Amino acid sequence: MAKKEQEIAETVKAVAEAAVKKVAGKVADVLKGDDEKIDAKIPAGPLAEKWTNYKAHQKLVNPANKRRLDVIVVGTGLAGASAAASLAEMGFNVLSFCIQDSPRRAHSIAAQGGINAAKNYQNDGDSVYRLFYDTIKGGDYRAREANVYRLAEVSNNIIDQCVAQGVPFAREYGGLLDNRSFGGAQVSRTFYAKGQTGQQLLLGAYSALSRQIGKGKVKMYSRYEMLDIVVIEGRARVIIARNLVTGRIERFFAHAVVVGSGGYGNTFFLSTNAMASNGSAAMQMYRKGAYFANPCYAQIHPTCIPKHGDFQSKLTLMSESLRNDGRIWVPKKLEDAKALQEGRLKGRDIPEEDRDYYLERRYPAFGNLVPRDVASRAAKERCDAGFGVNSTGLAVFLDFSEAIQRLGKDVVAAKYGNLFQMYEKIVDENPYEDPMMIFPAIHYTMGGIWVDYELQTSVKGLFCIGEANFSDHGANRLGASALMQGLADGYFVLPYTIQNYLADQISVPRMSTDLPEFAEAENAVKAKIDKIMAIQGNRSVDSIHRELGLVMWEYVGMGRTKAGLETAIEKLAEIRKEFWSNVFVPGDKDDLNVELEKALRLADFIEIGDLMARDALQREESCGGHFREEYQTPEGEALRQDDKFSFVSCWKYMGEGVAPKMLKEPLDYEFTERKTRNYKN
Amino acid sequence: MEKTINITLKVWRQAGPKAKGGFETYQLDNISTDSSFLEMLDVLNEKLVSERKEPVVFDHDCREGICGMCSLYINGHPHGPDSAITTCQLHMRKFKNGDTITVEPWRSNAFPVIKDLMVDRRAYDKIMQAGGFVSVNTGGVPDANAIPIPKKDADEAMDAASCIGCGACAAACKNGSAMLFVAAKVSQLALLPQGKVEAARRVKAMLGKMDELGFGNCTNTGACAAECPKSVSLSNIARLNREYICAKFKD
Amino acid sequence: MWLFNSSVGRKFVMSITGASLVLFLLFHASMNLVAIISPEGYEWICEMLGANWYALVGTAGLGFLVFVHIVYAFILSIQNYRARGTERYAVVERQDGVEWASKNMLALGLIIVLGLCMHLAHFWAKMQLVEILGEEPASGMELIRMTFSKWYWAALYMVWLGALWFHLTHGVWSALHSLGLNNNIWMPRIKCLSNIVATLVVLMFASVVVYYFCMGCCA
Repeated sequence: MAKKEQEIAETVKAVAEAAVKKVAGKVADVLKGDDEKIDAKIPAGPLAEKWTNYKAHQKLVNPANKRRLDVIVVGTGLAGASAAASLAEMGFNVLSFCIQDSPRRAHSIAAQGGINAAKNYQNDGDSVYRLFYDTIKGGDYRAREANVYRLAEVSNNIIDQCVAQGVPFAREYGGLLDNRSFGGAQVSRTFYAKGQTGQQLLLGAYSALSRQIGKGKVKMYSRYEMLDIVVIEGRARVIIARNLVTGRIERFFAHAVVVGSGGYGNTFFLSTNAMASNGSAAMQMYRKGAYFANPCYAQIHPTCIPKHGDFQSKLTLMSESLRNDGRIWVPKKLEDAKALQEGRLKGRDIPEEDRDYYLERRYPAFGNLVPRDVASRAAKERCDAGFGVNSTGLAVFLDFSEAIQRLGKDVVAAKYGNLFQMYEKIVDENPYEDPMMIFPAIHYTMGGIWVDYELQTSVKGLFCIGEANFSDHGANRLGASALMQGLADGYFVLPYTIQNYLADQISVPRMSTDLPEFAEAENAVKAKIDKIMAIQGNRSVDSIHRELGLVMWEYVGMGRTKAGLETAIEKLAEIRKEFWSNVFVPGDKDDLNVELEKALRLADFIEIGDLMARDALQREESCGGHFREEYQTPEGEALRQDDKFSFVSCWKYMGEGVAPKMLKEPLDYEFTERKTRNYKN
Repeated sequence: MEKTINITLKVWRQAGPKAKGGFETYQLDNISTDSSFLEMLDVLNEKLVSERKEPVVFDHDCREGICGMCSLYINGHPHGPDSAITTCQLHMRKFKNGDTITVEPWRSNAFPVIKDLMVDRRAYDKIMQAGGFVSVNTGGVPDANAIPIPKKDADEAMDAASCIGCGACAAACKNGSAMLFVAAKVSQLALLPQGKVEAARRVKAMLGKMDELGFGNCTNTGACAAECPKSVSLSNIARLNREYICAKFKD
Repeated sequence: MWLFNSSVGRKFVMSITGASLVLFLLFHASMNLVAIISPEGYEWICEMLGANWYALVGTAGLGFLVFVHIVYAFILSIQNYRARGTERYAVVERQDGVEWASKNMLALGLIIVLGLCMHLAHFWAKMQLVEILGEEPASGMELIRMTFSKWYWAALYMVWLGALWFHLTHGVWSALHSLGLNNNIWMPRIKCLSNIVATLVVLMFASVVVYYFCMGCCA
């Protein structure tokens, strides 16, 4: 009885304190005015000592207090699962959410190639600094030095951790770990598990998470989708989530919220992302005051299987490793291209002298192994000029005939057999005889929610990890670095930095989710759902999403121009209008309703598309995954404008229907010198 | 050029876990043989939505054969008539013009239907939670190369680890047994020195959980391995049996 | 008790009882072969076994094994049927590489039990049973000649042996597999062994049936 009274007293106290703080917060907001400074909280000191210093001086939470603190982790990919598991191991109570039926389904599972680490097991001169440098350079000097250095530092721990979990990395006959090479590096530092590295790493993190679920330290909510975050007195406190099976809207309290919800590549409808990958969690954070950083940086992967019909639902990636032996070409003559497009000729019918190996021609030093952004743009350039080789005119050849002659079919089959088989299953053509056809596709988004050095967003208590944040890849990501970043954030960075925040939260009692602010947020979510259900228009969600994708690909895709981006913003406004006036969602909102789930996500994709276009419009330079056709060298290479655009663009939400405001976080390079990337000689 | 076929679909529709289900028949014309099976279902759903009906609910996500989310029992086979692929990798060129295709959900006591073709596979997660892990915390682990592992063992562990947890093994098994799923994880970790430490505890816990959740007894028909989209080998089950029997005799 | 509570335990019991019964069949079959080679020798064996304590212990043991094997078979089948769920598949197709026998072990087992009853009535009841009851046992050779000269009995025995063959082709390797004695390399080998054992057992039994059926025809 006494306990109950005490609880009530605590709640009353909390409510009273909340009210006081709310007023104080508002006053502070008014006083603060508009000139917000962006503070990335980079620790002082030399680059190599920043992380060590940070850890030595950060605040920690003692074990008894950890038990009294709850953390919500949204998403169960590499970042989310590893963070949830690590936090639970430390003693925090974790609530983990995923939209699939099981945490093991997250799209990290589809990564093929491998994971980088600066182990230097091959004795080829690798080091933490070199991995740091390659990543900074690969990102076209648009990433934060301190973050990237920390990433390189913890990369080695990741490999140790995964091996201890039983991840079956490839090994040599001596029993030690094997490495392969990847683009953008001069050393072999990529660890891999067949062509399923992402799967094995995710299953490792999933097993650690499963262990904590079994122990009761993590409460797992699968088939739940977060629909809103409630911020009280400037701190993230509660999430509103929909049970996707019953349609029920539920509230969950925590002392801190961590979001690892992945990237927003599906804005383009067709991408290599999974069908359910979405950017809604990011938009919910953005609407609550978290900055959206660098939304225009999207990576386009050059070796995907081309689109082959209007029914197509997604694009399939073929591993980058194919470019080691395959040669990329289109015909030299337009009439040959026309014949290929009409199906009168096959690739093998074109004689050697009539083939244009355009990557080898343009980039003699790197040839077919130029970075992803360069290879993708070159393919688009040829197809735009009319040299595309399939019926849609949107494909180039990736030819192994020379490799088969040089190495023999068996060697090629041993190296790439599974990829060839995958290609044959999808396209129904034998790549040993006819050259493969490939085309670039949206693959990864470097942009995302802005976070400081602690991975905290501009909203206190709200953290963002993995692909969902913007932090480590700058304007372009190197192969095998996404897995590294996801796991670094989840295992080795966030579990430390979040304590610096939680140390101040130990006196905050678990709040009742019945507070009026929470009810209000839930009602807002319900109202939005009701609004969508009430439209009862004539368009299916997918048909509008496809339309959005076409606009995005056309104007905000590989080559962007001022006029094109302005058109995109106009067209996106039309699509937004079409969606909110003519979408049709069948079924019941209080039941499993896939169309409703898709509609809610599409509403956010439209807004993300708008942000991407705005960001691309303001960034008057070409760098990494962002190419403005006005800013290129006479040879057609990307032209950075370091004097004007050496900053992170941070978009701040200003309200519905109001243009967002852009803030800048300057990128000062203290420890590296900016150079132009050169792949010609 | 593009080839199209006309097909008749018999699809299991069930409004909810407790509702009575039944087959609905749909006629679909001009389906491109280049489309995948799930894209064909997308077309069906688009058609249903345009007729203002509720679309067919089915699980799917990555659509490249690795997430394990897609299921479907198509013409008597989990993941359809093609071998070593998932439903999302199945293409319509495997069917002929005029075919009738029957699509059912996974049927197993431990996988109750949620709606239409969507089933609840959390039982597999529960088995994993019972012991499908190595008990190490983050940090404080030895260097990755501290313990050499024979390449043969590492490769075999990788083959077992390629399981995607889709549930096709239990769906294919006439006994509704999840042995191949359990065996794949037990094998992977029993083959590696890191997992060997608690191998006995793991196998007892995972198998106990499997039995408890209402999966059937394995009778070595081999249907699981025959239908497994990742070709996980039946011999993993022998290893599971061995590990379990040895563990029990040691008790 | 894990031999009853766990699925691998139940399989373990099936395997051990099954494998023991296979060993008995091998012994029984080689004993029967003597009936072709030397009828006198066969009579001697029958007399020696008779109702001696070791034969009785052996018979009781066999009975127990058969009983356990059958009881477990039913328990497993009922559990497995339930595990499938209340709704069954509308379309069931054969999977490549899955033996027909492996899916029909219970049905094959039932045929074998029926055949066993017939066999016990024909032979055991007139030999060991009567001896236990203190009466004079019939001559084994006489019974063989009498039974197999009738075409319908011979045919029924052949059907019975056919079912036994299918049961054993799956049973032998499956028992080893369930005991964990298998891996990727040995899989084809033990499957081959399984076929050899099954064929050997059935051939040995069948040869006696065929031989004495032919003898009966000639006589």
